[in-house]
Amino acid sequence: MADKVKIARQFIEAIPHARELGMQLTELADGRAEITMPYDARLVGDPKTGVLHGGAISTLMDTCCGAAVMSHPSAPGGTATIDLRIDYMRAATPGQKITARAHCYHITHAFAFVRAEALDEDSAHPVAVATGSFTVERG
Amino acid sequence: MAKQLHEPVQVVKQRRDAALKALVEGVPYVRFLGIEFDRRGDELTAVLRFDEKLIGNPLRQVLHGGVTAAFLEVAAIMTLSWSYLWPGIENGEIDVERMAAGELPRLPRTIGFTIDYLRAGLPRDAYARAVISRSGRRYASVRVEAWQDNRDRPFAQGSGHFLMPPEEAAKG
Repeated sequence: MADKVKIARQFIEAIPHARELGMQLTELADGRAEITMPYDARLVGDPKTGVLHGGAISTLMDTCCGAAVMSHPSAPGGTATIDLRIDYMRAATPGQKITARAHCYHITHAFAFVRAEALDEDSAHPVAVATGSFTVERG
Repeated sequence: MAKQLHEPVQVVKQRRDAALKALVEGVPYVRFLGIEFDRRGDELTAVLRFDEKLIGNPLRQVLHGGVTAAFLEVAAIMTLSWSYLWPGIENGEIDVERMAAGELPRLPRTIGFTIDYLRAGLPRDAYARAVISRSGRRYASVRVEAWQDNRDRPFAQGSGHFLMPPEEAAKG
């Protein structure tokens, strides 16, 4: 189990696009993952306000959901996103780090179901929430 | 400012292309991902140029699912913005030179977005087109499809709802 989490961690830390965005895996165990992403001017969607683009938040949540699936005790290996729904509650505060938390709450032979939220430093009010389904890849 | 009935084609193209360029280049994240837009009249096609930094798997050369999601969302927002700004660009209420100088009008904001992944994103260019299903005063609904080598084999589809800016904002 510990080995599997270690492999999942190495896998996630080696994803080229996640590295490009400066993502850091801060928690990974038993179907739960937490990943942070620093504020980056290249990811801004509204230059007037400096608010991050929703796409960057989606990318963080997709990565975090995949990590949660890989860390689930019943997951044999890799995963791929089947669908992902994201609701944006509010603009992320410019300059603040974004933290995504994902929970793989149900897994079958072939599919995994995940919920996630994205937070800035005001962790009482999520920036966005996501639900997704993922494949469970064997072998 | 009223425009003459039949403007020279270069003038029309120059104005539309300058407005589109200002919209696309005004958003840092769109530049970061390397998304461009082809325009035929008012129809837009988003183009995502492949780059190693967009890869989402250390073992296989596939696009990151988040990049695909972002690409669809950018295509949807840009298509919606373009349709919303088009009348103002055409009748001169929107000052394209001011747009080019970085004074962008307020644009629609995403309320929610759903993506279905149909196939792996290959390590090559991707294209997307969006269709506005509903265009209301307060919010609009858009669906969008992305493909790579074959137009008939999309690798992702999405749909979303977007909050529209207050009406006077379209005038810039």
